[in-house]
Amino acid sequence: MAKQWEEMTPAEKRADLTEKWLSPPGVKFANAEAEKGYKGRVQRILDAIDLKTPDRVPVFPMCGFFGAYYAGYTPYDVMYDYDKLMKSFSKYVLDFQPDAHGSVTVSPPGKLHDILDYKLYAWPGHGVAKEHSYQCLEGEYMKANEYDALIEDPTLFFLTAFLPRTMGALDGLKMLSPFTNMTEMYGGFTGAAFVPFGLPPVKAALKALSDAGDEALKWIGTVAAYGGAMAAAGFPGFFGGGTKAPFDTIGDTLRGTKGIILDMYRQPAKLLRAMEQITPIMVKMGVANAKVNGCPVVFIPLHKGADGFLNDEQFKKFYWPSLKALLDGLIAEGCIPFPWAEGGYNSRLKVIKDSPKGKVIWGFDTTDMAEAKKTLGDVCCIGGNMSIATLSVGTPDDVKASVKKLIKDCAKGGGYIMMSGAVIENVPPANVKAMIDATKEYGVYK
Amino acid sequence: MAKDLSKALADLKEDEAIAIVRDKLNAGADPMGILNDAGKGMETVGTRFSKGEYFIPDLVYSGEILKRINELVKPKLTGGGAAKTGGKVIIATVAGDIHDIGKDIVVFMLDVSGFQVYDMGVDVPIQKIVDKIKETGSTVVGLSGFLTLAYDSMKQTIEAIQKSGLRDKMKIMIGGGQITPEIVKYTGADAYGKDAIEGVALARKWLSAK
Repeated sequence: MAKQWEEMTPAEKRADLTEKWLSPPGVKFANAEAEKGYKGRVQRILDAIDLKTPDRVPVFPMCGFFGAYYAGYTPYDVMYDYDKLMKSFSKYVLDFQPDAHGSVTVSPPGKLHDILDYKLYAWPGHGVAKEHSYQCLEGEYMKANEYDALIEDPTLFFLTAFLPRTMGALDGLKMLSPFTNMTEMYGGFTGAAFVPFGLPPVKAALKALSDAGDEALKWIGTVAAYGGAMAAAGFPGFFGGGTKAPFDTIGDTLRGTKGIILDMYRQPAKLLRAMEQITPIMVKMGVANAKVNGCPVVFIPLHKGADGFLNDEQFKKFYWPSLKALLDGLIAEGCIPFPWAEGGYNSRLKVIKDSPKGKVIWGFDTTDMAEAKKTLGDVCCIGGNMSIATLSVGTPDDVKASVKKLIKDCAKGGGYIMMSGAVIENVPPANVKAMIDATKEYGVYK
Repeated sequence: MAKDLSKALADLKEDEAIAIVRDKLNAGADPMGILNDAGKGMETVGTRFSKGEYFIPDLVYSGEILKRINELVKPKLTGGGAAKTGGKVIIATVAGDIHDIGKDIVVFMLDVSGFQVYDMGVDVPIQKIVDKIKETGSTVVGLSGFLTLAYDSMKQTIEAIQKSGLRDKMKIMIGGGQITPEIVKYTGADAYGKDAIEGVALARKWLSAK
């Protein structure tokens, strides 16, 4: 009998997830060529991650709603009509043949967020034009004096404070008592603990949760169908799951940029303690999805540690230790963390060199890639930096020239994946095609 | 305790800066003098930022300390605040983009640097920006955007300014995480500032040349 997950070593867990990625259970390939293409693409990416020399540089454009725009739809169309989502995102992959796709999860279910009266983002038709992508509405969803509540019981804080504040339909949840009160019948513990569930605002919130759940099921059906169809045609998904750096979870989601900046000066110990508390939760978030999806790569978009956002000391004190703990925690569970450093990371390269060898993909946006290769080349696979500005306003020849230069700077000996520096939205399709085709042309290892 | 408010603010010593302001006010000091000292402290913050000694958190934190100082001083002010002598600058996040963190830092640094800033907020329709230029007579506009969709909004905004016949009198800067020289050319802007201090330097250069 195969070993239980809990009994496996990190290497065995990694091998298990890798095997599932290479040979996805339940996928029936369209034909032998599709199967060969699929396995070849996954192997190409794995070789790059393992710092071996693949047959050529893998190419994975990080797409947002590009598939929708390419097929003549708006982000609104595909967020509200899952058939259009499936059709358009499939068309992009089949027409352009990248080495991996980024799933359709980049297009969240619009109706679900309508049901919840979601306040953390504006989305197409709901605060931004139907033609544009969703955008975060940063705020102080956790107050400066609520660190103790978060640290004592993160789940209770999310349930009774964060969710009611960011989802209008869940306002009633603030009346809940801790679920940990439901210890036993004796003393009326259970009886008292269930009182909130009889209150109309809580009932309304439960109804909204249930309705949102129905919508989530429809959407995840499309996500699964898309992943299956693409695999059958020969195209693997790149992401097993996703999570966030603890500093960004607090800075982006809970306290906001200004909030977390002031906390670094006014209550540094509480901020550090809170990040320590949520790190294992962030690990679990990434691992759970990677296991469900049978793919070890866990995406971690990085925001507030970029050049300029923190000084070197602040980065080393507030940002890196919990991010490093997150990377280590994911690796211990067999995952391949994929931190994606938005903005510039030039001043961080020497610090992040302390990443476990051959176990991480570092993705970069505007970072100097020759420097990144020099500093990190013998430690981890790097990716990215195909300029989103060039993809947006350049010509296919400009894109080709950039691809050529990136391959020259980064691809030597393997360990590089061609990716866009930022998410690709409504850019000329010819430029995306040029990025993929030029990588296939210039990226072959001899 | 040192009584140098400028230094306390420049060194981001919040408690010390606030205590100095309280002491001064209790002693009947001139509120305008306190604001002038605070202004000098902010100048030092700006200088340290442009030298690479300070970073965004330091700008934000100094802004927060300054806000507290202003709140303490304001009730004691008899006349208005300090006159804005740097010239007029319009700042807006362009249509379709609702990001404001970078824009707000630029607005703040322009404001403490003595400019009269018209902050139009986020997702600002093209025509509103043209109207604002006419209304205020401002000759410097800063367009902000975080997303790639801002490229076209910036380009269209600048085209509209051109069509209105105002472009020749104007200097236009753009800024945001994905702005490069390529995008300056694409949008028809005059320049981009890679951070708030560069934005202030551009405004200063353009407005003092007039």
